[in-house]
Amino acid sequence: MAKLKVALYWAASCGGCEIAQLAIGDKLLKLAEAADIVFWPVAIDAKYKDVEAMPDKSIDACLFNGAIRNSEQEHMAKMLREKSKIMIAYGSCAYEGCIPGLANLFNRQMIFERVYIETQSTDNKNNILPQTSCQVPEGELTLPEFYDTVKTLRQTVDVDYVIPGCPPEEKTTWLALEALIEGKLPPKGTVISHNAKAVCDDCPLKRDVKKIKKIYRNFNIIPEPEICLLEQGLLCQGIATRGGCGAPCPQANMPCTGCYGPVEGVIDQGAHFLSALASVIDSNDPEEIQRIIDDIPDPVGSFYRYSLPDSLLRGAIIR
Amino acid sequence: MSFEPKIIAFLCNWCSYRGADLAGTSRMKCAPNVRPIRVMCSGRVEPLLILKAFEAGADGVLILGCHPGDCHYLEGNYKTLRRVDLLKKMLSQLGIEDERLRLEWVSASEGERFVSITDKMTEQVRKLGPFPRRNGGNNG
Amino acid sequence: MEGEVKIGVYICNCGTNIAGTVDVKEVAKLAGGLPSVVIAKDYMYMCSDPGQNMIKEDIKQLGLNRIVVASCSPMLHEHTFRQAVQDAGLNPYLFEMANIREHCSWITEDPKLATEKAKALVSAAVRRVYYQEPLEVREVPVTPSILVVGGGIAGIQAALEVANAGHKAYLVERESSIGGHMAQFDKTFPTLDCASCIFTPLLSTVGQHPNIELMTYSEVEEISGYIGNFQAKIRKKARYVDEDKCNGCLVCVEKCPWKAVSEFDEGLSQRKAIYTPFAQAVPNVPVIDTEHCVYFLKGTCRACERFCDLKAIDFEQPDKEVEVAVGAIIVATGYDAFDPSAITNYGYGRYDNVFTALQFERMCNASGPTGGKIVLKDGSEPKNIAIIHCVGSRDKNYHEYCSRVCCMYSLKYSHLIKEKIENAEVYQFYIDMRCFGKGYEEFYERLSNEEVKFIRGKASEVTDRARTEEEQGKLVVVAEDSLMSALIRVPVDMVILSTALEARSDAAAVARLFNISRSADGFFLERHPKLDPVATTTDGIFIVGCAQGPKDIPDTVAQASAAAARVLAMISQGKVEIEAATAVIDEELCSGCKICNLLCPYSAITFDEEKKVSRVNEVLCKACGVCVAACPSAAITGKHFTTEQIMAEIEGVLA
Repeated sequence: MAKLKVALYWAASCGGCEIAQLAIGDKLLKLAEAADIVFWPVAIDAKYKDVEAMPDKSIDACLFNGAIRNSEQEHMAKMLREKSKIMIAYGSCAYEGCIPGLANLFNRQMIFERVYIETQSTDNKNNILPQTSCQVPEGELTLPEFYDTVKTLRQTVDVDYVIPGCPPEEKTTWLALEALIEGKLPPKGTVISHNAKAVCDDCPLKRDVKKIKKIYRNFNIIPEPEICLLEQGLLCQGIATRGGCGAPCPQANMPCTGCYGPVEGVIDQGAHFLSALASVIDSNDPEEIQRIIDDIPDPVGSFYRYSLPDSLLRGAIIR
Repeated sequence: MSFEPKIIAFLCNWCSYRGADLAGTSRMKCAPNVRPIRVMCSGRVEPLLILKAFEAGADGVLILGCHPGDCHYLEGNYKTLRRVDLLKKMLSQLGIEDERLRLEWVSASEGERFVSITDKMTEQVRKLGPFPRRNGGNNG
Repeated sequence: MEGEVKIGVYICNCGTNIAGTVDVKEVAKLAGGLPSVVIAKDYMYMCSDPGQNMIKEDIKQLGLNRIVVASCSPMLHEHTFRQAVQDAGLNPYLFEMANIREHCSWITEDPKLATEKAKALVSAAVRRVYYQEPLEVREVPVTPSILVVGGGIAGIQAALEVANAGHKAYLVERESSIGGHMAQFDKTFPTLDCASCIFTPLLSTVGQHPNIELMTYSEVEEISGYIGNFQAKIRKKARYVDEDKCNGCLVCVEKCPWKAVSEFDEGLSQRKAIYTPFAQAVPNVPVIDTEHCVYFLKGTCRACERFCDLKAIDFEQPDKEVEVAVGAIIVATGYDAFDPSAITNYGYGRYDNVFTALQFERMCNASGPTGGKIVLKDGSEPKNIAIIHCVGSRDKNYHEYCSRVCCMYSLKYSHLIKEKIENAEVYQFYIDMRCFGKGYEEFYERLSNEEVKFIRGKASEVTDRARTEEEQGKLVVVAEDSLMSALIRVPVDMVILSTALEARSDAAAVARLFNISRSADGFFLERHPKLDPVATTTDGIFIVGCAQGPKDIPDTVAQASAAAARVLAMISQGKVEIEAATAVIDEELCSGCKICNLLCPYSAITFDEEKKVSRVNEVLCKACGVCVAACPSAAITGKHFTTEQIMAEIEGVLA
C-alpha cells in the first residue's frame, strides 16, 4: 500500500498544537511508517510554492491548526483544502476560534491602536500602523491583510473532521490518526473524541446538589477534593464541554475551561453553559441574584473562552 | 425612510399570551413590530433562543412571563429572571444595548400592560437603530 | 418521520374580524409559495363545520400531513382544529395555529402593516409545523380510593363525601382523635348552635363508616406516584394501647397518677399521662404520653396495665408502617393559632388574665376546664372584659392578611359573656368590623343592640400599671379611639386576644412532602385563586380548609365537598389523561451533570445511579421546559416545543 501523504499547517495559533502532535511520542514512528509528511512549516523546510505545485487532492489529509486571522491564513486554508482529500480542523483554534478568537471582542482598529500605539512600551511617534502595502526605496513591501473578525476554519473552508482540544489530548490525536492510518474514519463532520457526552461523564468527582449561592474564582478558594467543582461555586465548564479528554483538569482541582468545545449537537457552547449556570443560582431575589452574578467579572471570557468566533453572535458589536 | 424594528416576543402560554389575547379582544392598538412566539413557560426561553433571534434578524427580544409567585409551573419565571440577568451582563460586554433585551411580567388580565410594554420597547429599539450583526467577513 | 412533508395552510377570514384588516388573499398567496406547502387558501369561517370539513377533505385528497390554520387565538380553537385533523386520521400534534386575529387584525390599525404581520406569523407557523412530530396522548387508570390528611372538619367532610359515594377513604390524623380545632369550639357563629351538638355525630359517623379507614395518631411520611396512582407511606405511632382490645372504659385514665398540661384545653387544665383529649374522642382509645408517663421515664408504675381487664395496655407496642394506594389526596391539615406572646405589649404570659381566643373558647365550653364558667385566674367572675382584635393579623410585623374569622368569633364571645355574666361590660377593640358572610352582618347588628362597646382602634398596650384609682388592680387596655381621635385607657378584669390563624409551623415540610407550593403568607397555594381554588399544581392533590387560607366553617365544608367532587369525578371517569408534550432525556447525550434534577417543580427528574444519567418521569412532567432550557448538553428535548421547532419559528417570523 502506498504511503499516505499528510500536511500539517498552523494559522493563528500558539504552537501548542504542534507540541501536542509531538506528544503522541513513539506513535510518531507508527505515523512515519504509514505516512509521509509533505508539508509542516514548523518542522520541515517547505515553501508555499511547493504546496502550490502539488496537484489537487494529492494530499491525503491536512491537519490544520489555528484560527483565520488574516488573508495569508485564509489563502493557505483555501489552498490546502484544494490540495487535500481530507481537511481536519486540529485543535480549538481551527475548530472554534479559541483564544485568538477572543479578539472578536474588538475590531482591527482597536487592536492596532492598542498594540501599535497605546501600550506603554511602544515607541511609535508617527502612529504608524501595519499597511498591506508599503513603498520603500527597494520596492513594494506587502503584509497580509489583518481581518476585523477572527474566523474558524469551518467558516472559511469545508472541513471534514474536527479534533477538539486546546491542545488536543494525546489520546484524542492518536484516535484520529489511527483511524486515518487504518482507513476507518467516521462519517464526515464527526468531532473525533472518545466521548460525545460532556466532561462530567469522564469526571470522577462526586455530584450531588447543584445550587449555587456564591461564585468563586480559582484563587478565591481551595476546593474540597472529590466534590464537583461547580457545586463548590467554581465556574467548571465540564457540564457544557465535550468529554473524551478524561477530565484531567477537574481531577487536578482545576475547573474545566471548556477547551473540547460543545457537546455533540450543541449550537453555542457559551449560551448553554450560561443557561445551566444561571438556572441553578440559588435565589429568587433579584438583588441577591445580581450579587451572585457580580462575582463573574468576565462572562464572555468565561463562557466563550474557546468559542467566541463559533458562537451565534461571533463577537462584540463595535460601532 | 424610518427604521422599523423587528421584535421577537416570547410569551408564556398561561399569563402573557392570554394578556396579549386580551389586548386583541379589547381592540387596543399596538405596534405591529412585535412578533409573538408562544412557549409553555417563560422558563423554556433559554439564552440560545434569544441569541438565535438576534442572529436571525431581530432588533430586540422581549420575554414576557407570569408575575413572580403566579407562575403556572411554580418558579419557571424565576429561572428566566436568573438567566436574563446573567445574559444581560454578557451582552453588555458584547456591546449590545440593554434595551434590546427585556424581561417583563404580564398577567392574563393585563392587556393594557402588554400594549404599553410592547409599544415602549418598539420605541426604544427604533431609537437604537438596527441590530448591527457581525458577519465575520473580512471587514465585517 | 413519514415521507415527504405536505403542508396545508388555511387562512380564516373570521367574517370581517380578520379579513376587514388583513389582506387574507395576499397572506394565502404568500403561504402557497412557502417550501413544502401544497395548498393554501382562505375561507370565511374556518371553525365552522364546512371550514373543518375542507381541512379534512384536503388531508384525504391531497395527502396533507401537516396543517396550519391562521385564525384566532389557540386558546379558543386549537382544540377544535386538533380534533378535526385527528378525525381525518392525522396526529393532532401535526397541527399548528397562527394567531392572526387577537395578535394581529384586532390590535393593528394599519391594514398594510397588519397584513405584513399576518404573513410573518403564517411563515413562522409553516416553518415550525415542518418539524412537528406526532405525539401520543396517554391515559392512566385511577385507583378508586382517596387519602385525606387531617381529621378536622375539612378532612372529615371530604372523607365522608367520598366514602358515602361508595369509595374507600383513608383518613389520617396526627393527634390521637379526629376533631381538630372544631372539637374545641363551644358555639358557632352566627347561629350560636352548639359546636359539639353538630360535630360529635359526624365524628362517630366517621369512626363507624365502613368505607373510612381511620388512622389516628398517624402521620404521612412519604408520597410517591402520580395522579390516579399515588402510594402513601403512613407511620402509625405507638399509642401503647391496643386499639382492637380497648373498649374505651377509660379506667386506665382514672387510675393513672401522673398529670400533664392539657393541650386540648389550651393549657387551662390538666390531663393524665394516659388520656383521650376530650370525652367524645374518636376513636375512644387512650394514648400514653411517653414524656409524662413515669413508667417510660423511670421504669416503674404500670398502674394502667394493672387495672385494664382487657389487657389492652402494651408498653412494647412498636410504631407501624402502613402503605396505601390511592387515586387522589386531599390535604386538610388546618392551621395553627398565632402565639401572642410574641407581641409582648399585650402581656400574654405575663398577666394571668390575658387569654387567647381558643383558651376563652374552652372556658366557655360546658365540658371545658371551668365547666363553662367565665372566671379569672383567682376563680372570681370578671365584670369588664376587653376583646382585642387582629392580634397577629393585619399587622405588617406578623401577618398582613386578615384571618377572616376573628371579628365573628369576637362577636360571639361578646354574646356569650353577656349571657353568662349579668351586667358585664364588653369592649371590642377593632380595626374594621368584617362581617361578610350570610347572617354575619345581622349578628353584628344584634350584638350592637346588646350594648357591647365597640371601639375603633388598635390596642397598643395592655398594662397593670394604674394611673388612677379606678385602674388599681385592673388590666388597662391602652388604645387610640380613631373615631374620637383620642387616646383612651380602659380598665378591665380580663383581656381576650383575637389571635390570627396562621399556617402550620410545619407547613413547609408538608408542602415538600406533597409537592405543593405555598403563597407568600405560608398557606398552601391553590392552582387558580378563582377558577381552581381546591386543586394544586400537582395533579391529583387537593387542598381544603384553613390549610389553604383562613376561613370559617361553612367555607371549609364547601371546599371539602368541592374537592371530594373533583376526586369523585376522576374516580367515575376511571382514568386520567397525561400530558403528551413532555420532556425526554437522551441517555446517549446525558452526562449526568445533575443540573436539571432540582429544577423540576414536579420532582419528575430522577437520577439513575447505575447508568449515571437523569431520567424524566413523563407522567409527572407538565412540559414547562425549564429543564430543556437549562440542559448544558442539549440532551433534553421538550416535545412539541423543541429547540429546532422554536428556532424554525424564530426564523420564519423574521423572514
